Amino acid sequence: MAYLSKFSFKFYQIIFLILPATLLGEAADYNMSVGVTEVSREIFDLHMLIFWVCVWIGVVVFGIMFWSLWKYRKSKGAVAADFDDNFWLEIGWTVAATLILVVIAVPSTQVMVKAYDDAEGEINIMVTGHQWKWHYKYLEDDISFFSNLSTDPEQIYNKMPKGEFYLKEVDEPLVIPINKRIRFLITGNDVIHSWWVPDFAVKQDAIPGFINTAWTNVPEPGIYRGNCTELCGIRHAFMPVVVRAVEQEEYDAWVVEKVMLAEQEKLLTSKEWTTEELFERGEGFYQTNCVACHQVNGQGIPPVFPALEGSQITLNDAPRQIEILMEGVQGAAMASYAGYSEVDIAAVITYTRQAWSNGENGDGVIVTPQDIVAYKNKTEL
Amino acid sequence: MSTVVETHDHGHHGPAKGLTRWLYTTNHKDIGTLYLWFSCLMLFIGGSMAMVIRAELFQPGLQIVEPEFFNQMTTNHGLIMVFGVIMPAFVGLANWMLPMQIGAPDMALPRLNNLSFWLLPMAFGILISTLFMPEGGPNFGWTFYAPLSTTYAPSTVNYFIFSVHIMGISSILGSINIITTIFNMRAPGMTLMKMPLFVWSWLITAYLLIAVMPVLAGVVTMMLMDINFGTSFFNAGGGGDPVLFQHVFWFFGHPEVYIMILPAFGIASHIIETFSRKPIFGYTSMVYAMSSIAILSFVVWAHHMFTVGMPLAGELFFMYSTMLIAIPTGVKVFNWIATMYRGSITFETPMLFAIAFVALFTIGGFSGLMLAIVPADFQYHDTYFVVAHFHYVLVPGSLFGIIAGVYYWLPKWTGNMYDETLGQLHFWLTFISVNLTFFPMHFVGLAGMPRRYPDYALQFADFNMVISVGAFLFGITQLLLVFIVIKSIRAGKKAKPEVWEGAGELGLEWTLESPAPYHTFTVQPQVK
Ligand code: HEC
Ligand code: HEM
Ligand SMILES: [Cu+2]
Ligand SMILES: [Cu+2]
Repeated sequence: MAYLSKFSFKFYQIIFLILPATLLGEAADYNMSVGVTEVSREIFDLHMLIFWVCVWIGVVVFGIMFWSLWKYRKSKGAVAADFDDNFWLEIGWTVAATLILVVIAVPSTQVMVKAYDDAEGEINIMVTGHQWKWHYKYLEDDISFFSNLSTDPEQIYNKMPKGEFYLKEVDEPLVIPINKRIRFLITGNDVIHSWWVPDFAVKQDAIPGFINTAWTNVPEPGIYRGNCTELCGIRHAFMPVVVRAVEQEEYDAWVVEKVMLAEQEKLLTSKEWTTEELFERGEGFYQTNCVACHQVNGQGIPPVFPALEGSQITLNDAPRQIEILMEGVQGAAMASYAGYSEVDIAAVITYTRQAWSNGENGDGVIVTPQDIVAYKNKTEL
Repeated sequence: MSTVVETHDHGHHGPAKGLTRWLYTTNHKDIGTLYLWFSCLMLFIGGSMAMVIRAELFQPGLQIVEPEFFNQMTTNHGLIMVFGVIMPAFVGLANWMLPMQIGAPDMALPRLNNLSFWLLPMAFGILISTLFMPEGGPNFGWTFYAPLSTTYAPSTVNYFIFSVHIMGISSILGSINIITTIFNMRAPGMTLMKMPLFVWSWLITAYLLIAVMPVLAGVVTMMLMDINFGTSFFNAGGGGDPVLFQHVFWFFGHPEVYIMILPAFGIASHIIETFSRKPIFGYTSMVYAMSSIAILSFVVWAHHMFTVGMPLAGELFFMYSTMLIAIPTGVKVFNWIATMYRGSITFETPMLFAIAFVALFTIGGFSGLMLAIVPADFQYHDTYFVVAHFHYVLVPGSLFGIIAGVYYWLPKWTGNMYDETLGQLHFWLTFISVNLTFFPMHFVGLAGMPRRYPDYALQFADFNMVISVGAFLFGITQLLLVFIVIKSIRAGKKAKPEVWEGAGELGLEWTLESPAPYHTFTVQPQVK
């Protein structure tokens, strides 16, 4: 008996612990994510419901079909019957199909009504899709920032082993508190993007000129990763979404810190910057924001993306360059960077005017944060 | 197919010799042949693009092409497969078979017929030439959503627009011809409800084409205006509406997907009844099912747009209407199975493809039903799950329908049987590779891999490798099809007029000798 119980313990262990654990553990690799929110769980259940309905219809329909193919094969001497219609049968299966659909439609409608509730959130966040990064703006607090892919291009080009979160990591994730109703106001800045976090079952298109809403309420702290799911150009695959859900206290502390950093940033604007300081800061900014089009070496990808090395604008026309960065170029992929701090804009302009051979060949004009402030004052009048 | 050359003894005026035969031809068989070879060529061009896509996706990371070129490949692959392969192949089959099935000597408008074909090489020549221009070809997806395809598009988008216009004209002219032929040239006694199902399917398809091709032309013209003449139909900055683009596009696009499947329904019906040796079950309900699918297809378009932020009532309406369309689709499947039931079934290559068509198309229908459930679609939309869905309905659906039709009617066209052993081999290789390619796409899609991505997270690596291997196998296998067809054109066991046992009673085409004479019915047959 002892032997048997030992055996059965092992047996049950395998069946009930290991097997489901491996299946569930791996499930995320081949099935829809269950997610963490109430809505995402309900959607998962709905998905499994329809899935099983389809499986059973499939079993019955394919069962009859393959059985007929086998049973009535001519090689076995089957002789064709002589019938080609049956009114009641046609009515019967039409009605049956309709009933099955009604059974699916009812819970689908219920989940839909819930998912689509667009009441105010306790925290409202504006999510803006840019080519090719996300911008987050907290409407209640004075916080806003861009979130860029942080995977090293060397990994993408296979010159370096790929990390665990390859293409699913960003420099600055969106931070939200748990157990709060968060409402996202989603829009696009240039083309259509789509903001998707599978674990929240939130996918909404970010459309220029429209503000879509979506909401979530995350019960568990964690890091949740998603993607852009609407083709938005070259780097469509390289603008992931990462959301960090944290306890309320941690969130509050984060807000305080963020607001403080923003203040400091403002102070930086009035500071006297040396060319070296600007160059250094601008280089970092250039690497995250401009290389996608103008390339690390400033050569661009002509004719679509112009070279910045040797361009008349970066060499001799600082005012025009400020204008381009502040306003973007209408009708081209060159977007406005006015959403960034004056320091960053001044720095990246200075960088592009000094880097490569531009420093030697250009007029050497340095653009400072004050110049950007001056530009803003002028255009706002 | 070129063996029709040898049939000049059947008519006093056989085809002209040389190249001019093909340039000036007004013969429905010659034009059908042109359409089919054109479609075959496009299959290999569009297919090579798919191979580039799968080679890049074989492993995570960027190895072979840059994202920009990758986007051009996905876009042109989609455009070529939809407009250059599936549609022309069906028109080719219609050209060959409609006059033969309704007992007519030729199509009603033969010169128009010539024009509708020769517009196509022009359209695709223009489209493909953009790939060699400095700015590259269209890179905004086959659905070309604005403003990516307008404000942010390469300037070659103008060639793309021009090419879509030409394709549209070609389809509309073709449809006018088909409708005119069907209404005016049926043999005496062939009432509408006695028409073969392939004829019915094409009659409905042609109406769909005439209804929606102008919408497509409209939407690309609006793009043209936005790009070149300063209008703002789709430009939010000027007060326009990017979502309007999607509504107009899908008002064309959804009926378009049925344009790509209805003729295959017709073909499958003929093949299943032939090889079950039993007339199609529920002919009347088949006709009604196709008609209701066609009508419903005009009111489901926004199921492609569940995430654009429509109001709740809109989302629910399009969910219910989409679910409705599953009913007539289901009825067709049940009818096919009821035709097999108590038949006397043999498994020649066309039948194998038709059976696979029924089974795998149904799987595509299941995933379609899942996609119709709005809340669940929030998770499926724009992932590989959608890619799996539409490939199941388009490859083992439409394309298998076409291949089945080619095997089924080839002996009638060439007068020679194709090589059955090779045909069976072709079927099994195709069947295995199609599933190897497209089934795992359901899994990667559910697990969260978005579509139109040149690179992906590591968790998707294993499945993607399987998918790519399947795709390469599928690609190579199709060379076998070309070989089999050419072999049967050149030689083979001579085919009897009825070709398939008992087919003589199933349709007028089987009363003609094999190969069919250059001018089909010079004396109208009588249908009882
Ligand atoms: C999405 C791709 C993209 C990104 C990212 C981008 N640019 Fe551009 N940029 C363009 C395009 C396209 C043009 C050409 C616009 C036109 O048609 O004049 C351009 C033009 C310019 C010009 C004018 C060059 C000339 O000779 O006309 C400057 C300067 C410039 N960009 C700087 C930047 C800086 C600095 C950044 C990073 C903060 C940046 N760009 C990021 C696409 C981009
Ligand atoms: C039972 C019948 C069907 C249903 C219920 C159905 C449903 C759907 C839905 C809801 C979508 C949108 C998915 C998304 O983008 O989130 C879709 C996409 C698609 N379907 Fe179907 N479908 C059916 C049959 C077909 C058929 C017969 C075809 C063509 C032969 C087809 C071709 C397509 C294509 C090409 C797309 C993708 C379009 C794109 O976004 O690029 N479907 N289908
Ligand atoms: Cu994107
Ligand atoms: Cu559709």
